[in-house]
Amino acid sequence: MRDISFSEATLEAMSEEMERDSRVFVMGEDIARQGGIFGQFRGLPQKFGFDRVIDTPISETAIVGAGVGAALAGVRPVVDMHFADFITVAMDEVVNQMAKIQYMFGGQCSMPLVLRAPDGIIRSAAAQHSQSLEAWFMHIPGLKVVVPSNPADAKGLLKAAIRCNDPVLYFEHKALFATKGPVPDGDVVVPIGQAKIVCPGSDVTIVSYSLMMNKVLQAVEKLADLGIMAEAIDLRTISPIDKAAIFTSVAKTKRLIIVHEAIKVGGVGAEIAAMVAEEMLDYLDAPIVRLGAPFVPVPFSPALEKLVKIETVDIVKAVQQICR
Amino acid sequence: MSYDTELLLRLYRQMAKIRIFEEKAQELFLAGELPGFVHLYVGEEAIAVGICENLCQNDFITSTHRGHGHCIAKGADAYRMMAELYGKRDGYCKGKGGSMHIADFSIGMLGANGVVGGGYNLAVGAALAGKILQQDHIAVCFFGDGASNRGTFHEAMNMAAAWNLPVLFVCENNQYASTTPYRMTTAVQDIAVRAQGYGMPARIVDGNDVLEVYDTARDLVEWIRAGNGPMLLECKTYRVKGHYVGDPELYRPKAEVDHQFASNDPLKRFAQAVISREWLTERQLTNIMAETAELIDQAVSMARKADYPAACELFTDLYAEREVQDHA
Repeated sequence: MRDISFSEATLEAMSEEMERDSRVFVMGEDIARQGGIFGQFRGLPQKFGFDRVIDTPISETAIVGAGVGAALAGVRPVVDMHFADFITVAMDEVVNQMAKIQYMFGGQCSMPLVLRAPDGIIRSAAAQHSQSLEAWFMHIPGLKVVVPSNPADAKGLLKAAIRCNDPVLYFEHKALFATKGPVPDGDVVVPIGQAKIVCPGSDVTIVSYSLMMNKVLQAVEKLADLGIMAEAIDLRTISPIDKAAIFTSVAKTKRLIIVHEAIKVGGVGAEIAAMVAEEMLDYLDAPIVRLGAPFVPVPFSPALEKLVKIETVDIVKAVQQICR
Repeated sequence: MSYDTELLLRLYRQMAKIRIFEEKAQELFLAGELPGFVHLYVGEEAIAVGICENLCQNDFITSTHRGHGHCIAKGADAYRMMAELYGKRDGYCKGKGGSMHIADFSIGMLGANGVVGGGYNLAVGAALAGKILQQDHIAVCFFGDGASNRGTFHEAMNMAAAWNLPVLFVCENNQYASTTPYRMTTAVQDIAVRAQGYGMPARIVDGNDVLEVYDTARDLVEWIRAGNGPMLLECKTYRVKGHYVGDPELYRPKAEVDHQFASNDPLKRFAQAVISREWLTERQLTNIMAETAELIDQAVSMARKADYPAACELFTDLYAEREVQDHA
């Protein structure tokens, strides 16, 4: 176990998987010669050559589409989207092609394709470089969607995604790339679809993922000081979602809060709240609370940007309200 | 130029198979037997056949929403195609894809595509995979003149050319984008000129002359196989049938269609050419037609009797791997 950054952890995963399987290759804008905007591909071409670490034209549609075609022809592409916002440029390829192909072709082929999508708010990146669009893809049957929150999961989930025979969207929060944390040595793979109870508690369940997990963990500490024992669940995967982990926890704590950086309307929290309301209403001692961004594009001005971000204090306040 | 008799027979047999399959599909659809939509390839047979006769089993093709002809030309089974049109379990996609999504991965047919212009980049990717796997297959991408106005066309052409990938882009210029005539949506006379913008050579052929398509494609495929990068082949043809079966075709005069089909039917033109040169006899061609009609009839009667997929198959094939637990 050593402390490395989120970015280094994903680099280790890439390197180990490319070493293990010669069919794995990676392509995207600025990834080979520049090493990725967040350094997440640095050194890979020197190890595996420019034929397996490929700088592409600025053609998101073609990048994802070619990834789909390559997967159909028997290789295992990892495709970098530069910024998650730009997946929208390749929406047909993601929604109509890569998600559907196995099903509409009757299982004749698999689709072992990973889309890496740096998302979330960082320093005034503004409306077209700050979005968290993961809920869109939760709505599409055929895709798997992972959302790591720390270096260990970043590595383990990326390895699982690369080995998976289904298309996986891998959302990595831009503000997490530099954060450090303990990462186990060796070939550790985190199973897709398995949430993790990061800290057990009995008074309230807080479900979150990605960057917001850090805020949730800070809130859990503050709440403990106030005598509230919160159970924090890191989803790690939002499709397929680990319903059992959420339900088991809610059955115990009887209170539920879902926290994400993405817009609250139509978000992951909406889905979880609906699931729990449909099947577990009788267990609940308080209304379900969702914390997410207001219904507005992410503004540029730092003064406004901070208004759309969820902070630890917001989580503490919300929990206090339903735990009275 | 002379041709091997076996080749000539095969070209005609494949074109006949497409023609009869399509006419049968039309009849069945109009009789209310087939669900969904059916887009016919009648009149364009020479293109798929002329191209695919130059391909190996491990070469890839990507197709369009008008894909039956490409499937047959690449060697797909008529029964499994027909079963798919009916939505039956024996179909290529187990009844989950239908006419617009027929694929046969065992022969490198990477699927018809319900999205116009959806196939370009799949072909580019399939060609790219050859580089990674160090295999020498090539990829052929069929598309229509309408699809050449999609952004995917330009991105794919550029990427294939920049990376020198073994892709043959085959434009089937049938003069209609859905219901809109070519001249109303496209400023250039020939799609082929666009290749120049990507540093790619291009050729134009008479897409209703199977021998011309075959000969040209042979040269292009050879050139691409030798590692010279992608090429564009524009095949001038005409869409004899409506955009889909049942299309009222209010956008063009019937006389135009009749004239085109009477004077330019690729099967008739081929028959005239080979009989007048005494390469094949009329009897040989008649026999092929009869045998093929019987084969398609058999496919239809089997497909009619085949089972629909069972309710328990609704979720199969959605994922290759079931993760920890099912989705909510």
